[in-house]
Amino acid sequence: MSNAPVDQGRRRFLTAATTVVGAAGAAAVAVPFITSWNPSEKAKNAGAPVEVNIGKAEPGQLVRVEWRGQPVWVVRRTPEMLKSLEGLADKLRDPNSDEPQQPEYAKNIYRSRKEEFFVAVGICTHLGCSPQFLDKTFGEYVEGAETGFFCPCHGSTFDIAGRVFQGVPAPYNLVVPPHYFINDNVILIGEDGEQA
Amino acid sequence: MKKLIAWFDERIPLTKTWNIHLAQYPAPKNFNFWYIFGVLATLVLVNQIVTGIWLTMNYVPTAEGAFASVEYIMRDIDGGWILRYMHSTGASAFFVVVYLHMFRGMMYGSYQKPRELLWTFGMLIFLVLMAEAFMGYLLPWGQMSYWGAQVIISLFGAIPYIGDDLTLWIRGDYVISGATLNRFFALHVIALPLVLVILVFLHIIALHEVGSNNPEGISIKKPKGSVPDSEKPKFEFHERFTKKYDIVDAIPFYPYYIVKDLVGIGIFLAFFCYVLFFAPAMGGFFLEPPNFEAANPLKTPAHIAPVWYFTPFYAILRAVPDKLMGVILMFAAIVFLFLLPWLDRCKVRSIRYRSNIHKINLAVFTVSFVVLGYLGVKPATEVYTFFARVFTFLYFAFFILLWFYSKHEKTKPVPERITK
Repeated sequence: MSNAPVDQGRRRFLTAATTVVGAAGAAAVAVPFITSWNPSEKAKNAGAPVEVNIGKAEPGQLVRVEWRGQPVWVVRRTPEMLKSLEGLADKLRDPNSDEPQQPEYAKNIYRSRKEEFFVAVGICTHLGCSPQFLDKTFGEYVEGAETGFFCPCHGSTFDIAGRVFQGVPAPYNLVVPPHYFINDNVILIGEDGEQA
Repeated sequence: MKKLIAWFDERIPLTKTWNIHLAQYPAPKNFNFWYIFGVLATLVLVNQIVTGIWLTMNYVPTAEGAFASVEYIMRDIDGGWILRYMHSTGASAFFVVVYLHMFRGMMYGSYQKPRELLWTFGMLIFLVLMAEAFMGYLLPWGQMSYWGAQVIISLFGAIPYIGDDLTLWIRGDYVISGATLNRFFALHVIALPLVLVILVFLHIIALHEVGSNNPEGISIKKPKGSVPDSEKPKFEFHERFTKKYDIVDAIPFYPYYIVKDLVGIGIFLAFFCYVLFFAPAMGGFFLEPPNFEAANPLKTPAHIAPVWYFTPFYAILRAVPDKLMGVILMFAAIVFLFLLPWLDRCKVRSIRYRSNIHKINLAVFTVSFVVLGYLGVKPATEVYTFFARVFTFLYFAFFILLWFYSKHEKTKPVPERITK
């Protein structure tokens, strides 16, 4: 044991340095605990794109498929449905789809690549319930609209292009997922494709 | 026996702990029936832990196996149904007693100085309990488990910028899936119960440090030497309590309150058993009907409502037309409760000696809480939403008004002693 006088400055420095190194070590150890909560490779793979065959869909029919575990709708809209979209603008929260709820190519009044086919994630933007497709009785909820989507959880309403009406809890239009037409009968959901 | 105890006493503070916390712990002698709920909460906690451990012995925490394993417990395990119903009824009973326990604290000003930290620990217990109940409700993997969790987890999506990544991180998948179920199971059966038990320990330690409040809201500790021996209770209290103060109007917790509490426990168990045996689903309030159907990510139940104990806060969430504001207000409803010790600036604790304005304010708050709870289970129609807004306003008005009038409140004279 040396009897040299205690160097307080050096002792403080060593204490501080040890504390910093220890804290850095603790922070580094926290990393795997946090990252282990991210989606696993398996979950990411399960999020791969899906194909939908729409060749047999009748006009006015909704086809439901699962993509990343979420319901995705493909609605083959009738000319009447498309026409009804025009008079609703002043009742909607975001009639021009300014919020980034759709890919660029779906930022139009029909919110679709092809007017006829509306593709959307069937999950309400409020709190994640799945709205109902009301092809005839939607007028009960919104005057002047024949068809649309009604969320039974908290009463949010969307028109047949997934645009949200005013005065309901849902803040945004329904999400249009990335998708493209492989050919006239098949849509691939989950990728923008080269047409984008 | 004496020798054995002496052997332990030399090694751990056995007799000392028994005396400080039970046999020589001075409790005010005027506790009324409202003071049973702390003990009942402890009892229910034990019930949840024990039945919970037994349920994990047969429960399968996977998306494929969870629902079937609960059915298996209910149908094929001897006594499985009663363990499961004890656990599910216990969850609701927990909230019943905790809400009443909190209401008692509000009535008699038990959160006021010097019990702020005691109240804060209690509120943390309440918060962890809500997380525990929420995660536990996902485990049976029924429709309402699934969609209820969907709704609650989406709440975090309302946070600007990080919301979507945060929800993805919580779920561990693009939707609620087996990954979510597994982590909720881990948190529900070990992480949160551990935190809960530690918090309960701290809650009781904090209580025994400052001493119990009582319906009169006055202290049983008098300055040392100010009370003549003839007026002191005839009991022996631990010197830890009598060293600095003269204790008046108190009785030892053991045996007096233990025996009294046993009666309360008996009455409570009668109610508990009634529900357990005759109405385990409690008409859809304790176990919701859609939860008897396995989770289906592609089909939302027609009407999603959380279990009854969350509905007051849920009604507040729904009352606001803006998603982020709704979430903020819902959390604010709990934050305000946390702040109660500092919002109430009155020096008089008990409602018995407080102004009429405070009595009315607390009554309106209580009614608002109950009505919001009712509205939270109802669908969000226009009329219900209107009422939800009114009562949300009244809920918050309680705290705001309290802060203003409590500073110069016209209180009644407070007695010196509980009784002479």
